[in-house]
Amino acid sequence: MNVTVCIRRVPDTETRIRVGEDGVSIDTSGVKYIVSPYDEFAVEAGLRVTEGLGAGQVTVVTVGDAGATESLKNSLAMGVHRALLLEGEVTMDGLATAKALAAELAEADAPLILLGVKAADDDQQQVGPMLATLLGRPCATAVTRLEVRDGHVRCHREVEGGTELVDLPLPCVVTITKGTYEPRYATLKGIMAARRKPLERRPAELPAARLRVLGLQPPAPRPPGRIVGEGVEAVPELVRLLREEAGAL
Amino acid sequence: MSAAAVLAEPMTMTEDGSEAKMESGAAVVAAFVEQRDGSVRATAHEVVGAAAELARDLGGEVHALAVGGPGLGAECGQLGARGAGVIRVAEGAELAQYQAESYAHIVAGMVAGGGYQAVLFPASALGADLAPRVAALLDVPLASDATGLEVVDGGLVVTRPVYGGKAFARVAFDASPAVVSLRPHVFPPGTRAAAGRVEVFTPAGGAPAGGRAVDFRAASGGSVDVAEAEIVVSGGRGLRGPENWGVIEDVRDALGPAAALGASRAVVDAGWRPHGEQVGQTGKTIAPKLYFALAISGAIQHLAGMRTARTIVAVNKDADAPIFNVADYGIVGDVFEVAPVLAAEIRRLKSAGG
Repeated sequence: MNVTVCIRRVPDTETRIRVGEDGVSIDTSGVKYIVSPYDEFAVEAGLRVTEGLGAGQVTVVTVGDAGATESLKNSLAMGVHRALLLEGEVTMDGLATAKALAAELAEADAPLILLGVKAADDDQQQVGPMLATLLGRPCATAVTRLEVRDGHVRCHREVEGGTELVDLPLPCVVTITKGTYEPRYATLKGIMAARRKPLERRPAELPAARLRVLGLQPPAPRPPGRIVGEGVEAVPELVRLLREEAGAL
Repeated sequence: MSAAAVLAEPMTMTEDGSEAKMESGAAVVAAFVEQRDGSVRATAHEVVGAAAELARDLGGEVHALAVGGPGLGAECGQLGARGAGVIRVAEGAELAQYQAESYAHIVAGMVAGGGYQAVLFPASALGADLAPRVAALLDVPLASDATGLEVVDGGLVVTRPVYGGKAFARVAFDASPAVVSLRPHVFPPGTRAAAGRVEVFTPAGGAPAGGRAVDFRAASGGSVDVAEAEIVVSGGRGLRGPENWGVIEDVRDALGPAAALGASRAVVDAGWRPHGEQVGQTGKTIAPKLYFALAISGAIQHLAGMRTARTIVAVNKDADAPIFNVADYGIVGDVFEVAPVLAAEIRRLKSAGG
C-alpha cells in the first residue's frame, strides 16, 4: 500500500522569531528552516507502515516555494521514494492549502494520507481534517501510533485524559503527533540515494487566501516579576502572595 | 467529492429545527457547546461568553449549538445565563459520544441555515478536531486557538498565537461566516444573561462513514489535561530522573482536582514523561490561571508555550535561569527542598478554609 505524507517547511523551533519590516511577516534573515517536527513524525510513520507491510512506496508532497525542495530532499534522504513540490505561496489559510492538496490527491493512488498534527509556523492545526473533508474521507487527528490491518487503520489518539483507539476504514487521512515516531537520521547512503530519486514540481492549484494577516507582533511583555526569596524560607511568603496578591489560590 | 457537493445534499432538519431558523431574525453569532457524557463542559461557558460579547458589538444575539444524546437539551438550559438567546440542540441516541464526521455534518447544517456572521468553537482536543471539518464543509477559512476577538469596521478581527507563541498575528476574514476556535481559559465565562430558549430537534442522518471508536484508555497521570487545566505544575530536567516525579505530583495533588501535570521538552524527549504533558512549541501552548515551572530553566520554545498563563511561579536553583524573566514570582532554590514545603504550605492554606 502506498502512503502519501504532506509536509511543510518551517523556521527551526529553536529560532528566535522577529517581526519583519512589513509588519505582517517574520524577518527571515538568518532563519534556519526545517521540516515541521510533526511532519517528520508523519514521514517516519509512513516509512514504518510500508516497511511493516513489505510493500508500497512513500511519497512526500508539499505546497511551497522553491526553498521547500530542501525539505523534500530531507525526506527522500530518510528513505521516502518520491517527492512532489506543488509550487505556490502557502499562507495561514489552511483551507486553501487543503484544496491544493485535494486537487492533487483526489485521483492519485493515495489510500493512506499522513500529515503532522500541525505546522510549527502558523499552528493552525487544520489542513489534515480539512483535506479529509474535501476528499470525503474519514480522518483521525493527533495520532501517536497507527497500525494498518485488513482494510482499516487502527489509530491511537491523544485526547484529554487518555488515549482513544479509533478504527478508520481505508482510504483515510491521519494526522500524527509526537509519541512513537521519532524520525530516523538520514544516513550518508540515504543522502546519496536521494539524488537519484524522482522529485517532481508543478504549479499548485491554490485558491486565493481568505484569511488576511493585518499585523504580526511579538508577545506582549509580561509585567516584571520578582524573586520572592531563596530556599524553603521563601515558601510561606510565596503562598501568601499567590493567595492575597494574585488571587490564584 | 467537494465540500460544496457535500453540503448540496439535503441537510434536512425536523420541524423543530426549521422553526428555530425562521424565528432567529437577529442571530449573528453561533457558539458550539462542548459536552462530555451529557454534561456541558466549562469551555462552553467561555465560548458562549465570548460570543455574547461579540454579539453585543455586532448587534444581535447568540445561538448556542449543541450535539449529543437524549436529555442534552435540559442540561443546556444553563447557557442562557452565559448569554445564549437560543440554544439549538441536536439530540440522538447515536450522538451521545463525539463522532467527528457526523458531528461535523450536523453542526455545518445548523450553521448553513442560520445566517451567522461568526461561529465560535473551543480550541480543546475536540474543538481542534471538529472546527476544521465544519469550516471545510461550509467552505470558509478557520482561525484557530484565538486569544483575542474584536470588531473592526463591522468585521471580526482575531488575535492568535503563531510560531508556538513567539509572535501573535491579527487576522481578518474575506469570507463569511468567520469560523474561530478559542484558546481555553483566555475568555471569561459569560455573565450577560439572555433568554436561553432551548430548541431540541432530531437531525437527519446521512453523514459519510467515519472512524469508529473502539476503546478508551485513561492516562495514569490523572484525568485533567494540561491544555485545559486551570492550574499546571510542570517539571523539568532539574528533577534528574522520572523516579523523582513524586515531588511534582505531590504539589499537583495539594492543589486539587483542577491541577494537571506538565513537562518540559527535554524531559519528554528523554522519555521521562509522555508527550501529552509537554508544554511548549512542539507540545501544548497553554493559558492556565496558575503555572508552576519547577526545575525548568526556560528554553525559548517552552516560554512561548506558557507565557499567556495568568500567574507564573518558578522554582530554580539558577538565579539567572531565563524562566525568571517571565515568572511573576520566583524562588531561587533546590526543587527537592522547596517543592515538599510548597505542597505542605498549600495543603495548610486549603485546610484552613479553602
